[in-house]
Amino acid sequence: MNFTFTDEQKMLAEVVRKLMDDRCPPPALRSLMDAGAVHDKGRWAAIVETGLMPVLVPAEQDGLGLAEVDFAIVAEAAGRAALPEPLVEHAGIALPLLAAAAPGHTLLSAAMAGEVTVAIGHPVNPLVADADTAAALLLVHDGELHLVERDAVRLIRKPSIDPFRRLFAVEWVPSPASRLATAATAGPLLADALDRGALFAAAQCLGIAQRCVDLAVDYAKERTQFGKPIGSTQAVKHLLANVQVKIEFARPVLQSAAARFAARDVRSRAVISHAKLVAAEAADLGARTAIQVHGAMGYSWEVDVHFFLKRALALTYAWGDPAFHTARIEQRVLNHPLGPDQTFLNETDHA
Amino acid sequence: MNLTYTPEQRAFRAEIRDWLARHVPDKPLPSFDATREGFEAHRAWERTLAEGRWGMVTWPREYGGRGVDLIQWLIFEEEYYRSGAPGRVNQNGIFLLGPTLMEFGTPEQKARFLPAMASGDEIWAQAWSEPQAGSDLASVRATATRDGDHYMLNGLKTWSSRAAFADWAFGLFRTEPGSQRHKGLTLILFPLNAPGVTVKPIARIDGKVGFAEIFLDDVRVPVSQRLGDDGQGWHICMVTAGFERGLMLRSPARYQVAAARLAALYRRQGNPADSATRAAVARAWMDAEAYALSIYSTASRILAGQPIGPETSTNKIFWSELDVALNRVALSILGARAELMPDPDEPDPTGDWLDDYIFSLAGPIYAGSNEIQRNIIAERMLGLPR
Ligand SMILES: Cc1cc2nc3c(=O)[nH]c(=O)nc-3n(C[C@H](O)[C@H](O)[C@H](O)COP(=O)(O)OP(=O)(O)OC[C@H]3O[C@@H](n4cnc5c(N)ncnc54)[C@H](O)[C@@H]3O)c2cc1C
Repeated sequence: MNFTFTDEQKMLAEVVRKLMDDRCPPPALRSLMDAGAVHDKGRWAAIVETGLMPVLVPAEQDGLGLAEVDFAIVAEAAGRAALPEPLVEHAGIALPLLAAAAPGHTLLSAAMAGEVTVAIGHPVNPLVADADTAAALLLVHDGELHLVERDAVRLIRKPSIDPFRRLFAVEWVPSPASRLATAATAGPLLADALDRGALFAAAQCLGIAQRCVDLAVDYAKERTQFGKPIGSTQAVKHLLANVQVKIEFARPVLQSAAARFAARDVRSRAVISHAKLVAAEAADLGARTAIQVHGAMGYSWEVDVHFFLKRALALTYAWGDPAFHTARIEQRVLNHPLGPDQTFLNETDHA
Repeated sequence: MNLTYTPEQRAFRAEIRDWLARHVPDKPLPSFDATREGFEAHRAWERTLAEGRWGMVTWPREYGGRGVDLIQWLIFEEEYYRSGAPGRVNQNGIFLLGPTLMEFGTPEQKARFLPAMASGDEIWAQAWSEPQAGSDLASVRATATRDGDHYMLNGLKTWSSRAAFADWAFGLFRTEPGSQRHKGLTLILFPLNAPGVTVKPIARIDGKVGFAEIFLDDVRVPVSQRLGDDGQGWHICMVTAGFERGLMLRSPARYQVAAARLAALYRRQGNPADSATRAAVARAWMDAEAYALSIYSTASRILAGQPIGPETSTNKIFWSELDVALNRVALSILGARAELMPDPDEPDPTGDWLDDYIFSLAGPIYAGSNEIQRNIIAERMLGLPR
């Protein structure tokens, strides 16, 4: 029983954090937006070079064969930076799905090299993110999993309030040629994709929440009113302390959820849902608190907080909304054994 | 990260589970805060625990413990709460003073006090607060005046839990005349039956005498009962407070067991159409689990050699608030019967929910109020200016 990260994991966290600090500071977000560009090619190249694409692809398929715990570290850093590029959806969700559904597929090596991206239209989400820049889309029809080239579908852009999220409705026609997996095979793989989506959305939310606290703390130290920094005022302190408490009690849930992903049972899924709910709440509270602490500045386009508010809003409802995840937790709570000796057990431990 | 128990940890769980199954009293003991009889019944239970060497498992064997690590301590607590065993009447001793003695006590003090603490022979009260020194603990006025190899204690301590029936107290005193704030304070252990000590029980909102005033009038105690050095009292108290808010006083199993009882109550008596209550039951479980996961995470870090940090403050807020919320959900399921006092003639007794709810309301106040914890988080974790 050990909750600490390995040295490799600590190093991964440091490397990705630094990558995001260097390559994705808020001014870079703004210049991307001003240029009307979709993605920053240099940043994507740096992400690819860091070796983050094949993290979740099994070693037998030339991936790194790392685990969800490791990718959660990456996703948290991406959230903290409000990263515009589809690192999480491509490398965290689509790639392991493609690798599991179609080992040896011709697209896989280019996707693992980051030369192309793959978008995913999971039934839990009404729209497909980053479909326009993807080479191909993983789509579901009657429970079957298909892989369709981007040029073979019609994309209708649905603007999101998050300026860096690119959402699309997709019109397409399934064909036997595009089918990767039957419904029976695809079912468990899509369940994995959902769990990864929820888990990594939670990780991003945690990064967002902490970023919002950090931004607000910096501002509260500098901004003076009544002749003293606003951060010395207890009302302001307590607002921020409340967010930090939320974060502190979402983090171990996220880590536990990531570590238990592979059990794929009602219990591990409940912990994933728990992580998704509380991390999204932390991000939401963090973003709203950061706006409040910034006063009118916080309500302005000029201050960066709104980027995080908008990403938090999007991720709260993506990959299963709070009602969806609450239902999964209720299912576990009302139908399975509870108590302190149950926390780390899997269903098979009871057979 | 490895979230599975080792075979040794599983064997430890099986051992304590088995022992508890054979020893936990069938009927709940009467409250240790209401009567001397209830208090003594709990002391007897502490003796039974000590005979099985289960009094304080993390302590070294020479002091009555088993020398196990924090993960095994958590396992012990989990089984303890699952079994419905009596509350720990000596919690101020074993969870607060004990670890503090371990860190700051002389070998003689450890040998003198720890075994008697583990065995329940000496039950401890914490005597820090004074009428004018609550949140602002550094404003204590009670004095310990040096007189040869003795101190003379004078002053008034208050809100001291269990002091109505306890044997000993650990108190914070001003040893340096005219010293200000947290300077010149010293921690001194004194027996509650010493000449010059008058204990006046205070009734809580539930009418029980859960805490007491302690009047000290020229109470003579030997210098050997000083913990640490003269003037080190504040520092030692902050370490003790870390145990109190952080890891020891409120182990997560307490809330996990309560959350399981709550789910059972909902299944039995809840209205299936009431989705708000169902969600609140799920939330209580989530919070209890989150607290447990966070404590396992802290324990892992401590075992890896890192010090316990400001999480003592975030923990304190989290457990106290989850406790209130959880009990409120239970009351909402009981509905119009929630207000009923325990009554053996009731066909469907409402259980201890009301008691637990009333007690939970003290959580945000004691062990450093939650407002004070928020100040600490803002200033020490986030670095906001004072
Ligand atoms: C059930 C129970 C058991 C207890 N057991 C013990 C015991 O065994 N031994 C012992 O020594 N003491 C004990 N106490 C006392 C406890 O430590 C104090 O109640 C606590 O420190 C708060 O002090 P106070 O009651 O004087 O409240 P005050 O300090 O007067 O505070 C009153 C209110 O003002 C707020 N407040 C005060 N200062 C600030 C500030 N700077 N910023 C923001 N808000 C502030 C507080 O949060 C609180 O809401 C116990 C208390 C209770 C309720």
